[in-house]
Amino acid sequence: MIEVRWHGRGGQGAVTSVELLAVAAIAAGKYAQGFPSFGPERRGAPVAAFTRIDDKKINVRSGIYEPDVVLILDSSLIGLVNVTDGLKPGGKIIVNTPKTPDEIRKDLNFSGTVATVDGTGIARKEMGVPIANTTMIGALLKVTGVMELDAMKDSVEHRFGRIAQKNLNAMKRAYDEIKISN
Amino acid sequence: MAKRIGMEVAVAVAEAVGLCDIDMAAVYPITPQSHIAEHLSDLVADGKIDAEFVTVESEHSAMSAVIGASGAGARSYTATSSQGLMYMHELLPIASAMRLPITMAIANRAVSGPLNILNDHSDIMPQRDSGWISIFVENAQEAIDMSIIAFKIAENKDVMLPVNINIDGFQLTHMVEPFEMPTQEEVRNFLPPFVPHATLHPAKPVTMGAFAMSDYFPEIMKAKDEALKNSKKIILEVWDEWAKMFGRAYKPVETYKAEDAEVLMLTMGSMGETAQMAIDELRAKGVKAGLVKLRLWRPFPFAEIKAAVKNAKKLIVTDRAVSFGGPGGPVFSEVKSALYAEAQRPVIYDYIYGLGGRDVPVGDFVGMFERVLADTANKEVDTYEFWGVRE
Repeated sequence: MIEVRWHGRGGQGAVTSVELLAVAAIAAGKYAQGFPSFGPERRGAPVAAFTRIDDKKINVRSGIYEPDVVLILDSSLIGLVNVTDGLKPGGKIIVNTPKTPDEIRKDLNFSGTVATVDGTGIARKEMGVPIANTTMIGALLKVTGVMELDAMKDSVEHRFGRIAQKNLNAMKRAYDEIKISN
Repeated sequence: MAKRIGMEVAVAVAEAVGLCDIDMAAVYPITPQSHIAEHLSDLVADGKIDAEFVTVESEHSAMSAVIGASGAGARSYTATSSQGLMYMHELLPIASAMRLPITMAIANRAVSGPLNILNDHSDIMPQRDSGWISIFVENAQEAIDMSIIAFKIAENKDVMLPVNINIDGFQLTHMVEPFEMPTQEEVRNFLPPFVPHATLHPAKPVTMGAFAMSDYFPEIMKAKDEALKNSKKIILEVWDEWAKMFGRAYKPVETYKAEDAEVLMLTMGSMGETAQMAIDELRAKGVKAGLVKLRLWRPFPFAEIKAAVKNAKKLIVTDRAVSFGGPGGPVFSEVKSALYAEAQRPVIYDYIYGLGGRDVPVGDFVGMFERVLADTANKEVDTYEFWGVRE
């Protein structure tokens, strides 16, 4: 089982992303959970959301305290929120930032895998909006290899209709452009 | 077999209800139930289901509206949570006394105060004696299946009682997870149209919700009690029919590795699957641990509970509500009284946990087992404790 914790701010679409990813994983024949951090959420305030994906039925329903992967949608949260909290040794951290993985590694003082991509820049170019939630799914799939990028197509089309392709293009670019440092 | 799909559970519940040819729904939104209200109203507004969605200004009015509609012969649905359910409270015994087959989803949530929107069972427990059939579900699949099954149980002419389905708020309602959704055709094959035994219609006047003083009131109470007790037979039949059609069997009490267990735990609702992982962990260490899951809260399944626990030495009952100043949590009281006259029964412990959404990881369940195993002299039995609460 792979457990992912997403950090973002209210309104950046972390919850939408965990839903899209879980729906796509289930459609691909896997078992998955996607859930928000339970409770009230405010636009702009730090939020977290969670993904579990496995090849067998998932029974656990408690929170995720020791994720395999942390994905940061908004790099301004680094230093504000303890983003590496509980991250497994040998875990992976993915950040939406124009910085290099080594720069982020220094910022976080983290020794595991660090991957960065300018998701917001890609989202601006591909979709005309600075919202990188779907873009960063591409980054997550590349870093984790949990499923094929193509597996996202149906769930993104179902959710976004005529603007789905732009989201898929942005996702593909993040998949191709992400820089990974082990 | 139907294909597994993923969807948020609250939305999936609304989809399932949408397959049931309901005539009307009156749902007032309240966290964490709101997505049921929103999606059901979408289904009506988009013309996907032919039903009336009555917009009401409160839960009291929502329950009043479904009582009126059900009395008129409409298949009627509502859903609520926490304070909304408390606000409906005075109407719940009226719905059951009038023998109206209303079904209601409850996205279980803590009751104020202090204000809290997260999951526990303190909203449903005060409704225990309102004369409704009360069912708890554990995951998305059960929430969907029971949402459909409830209509068939409620509308059976030998039942004619309202049913509530308890779906843990957030833990279940806000979870995207896999399940199989029956097709419209399958649901229509399972659930025939609602044929009321009497309706409020000017062409054939009847009285519903009549006045009764001491000359009739006790007999009516006894009749309601018997109706609820008798409903169990039909509940079992309907679950059996569901199992034959869909391959998913339901029982009033489910067990997991309980047959040879020396220490059992009893859970209700979504905690069951997490507790199952604790059982696996303990079994791997050689501890004979097992799990009992109580699905049917009313009518209470006395025989099944007795049978499930009789060979165990110790039983840990878990409660997600408090009976302040009372003997322990409401589930503990019930189970204890069910076993009181049994010659062979386990000693019972009660842990009140997960209040107001407090997370309960696998390790906490393991901890509860370790705690009662360490109590070799049975000094902590027959009492209750707030598990993991700071002093």
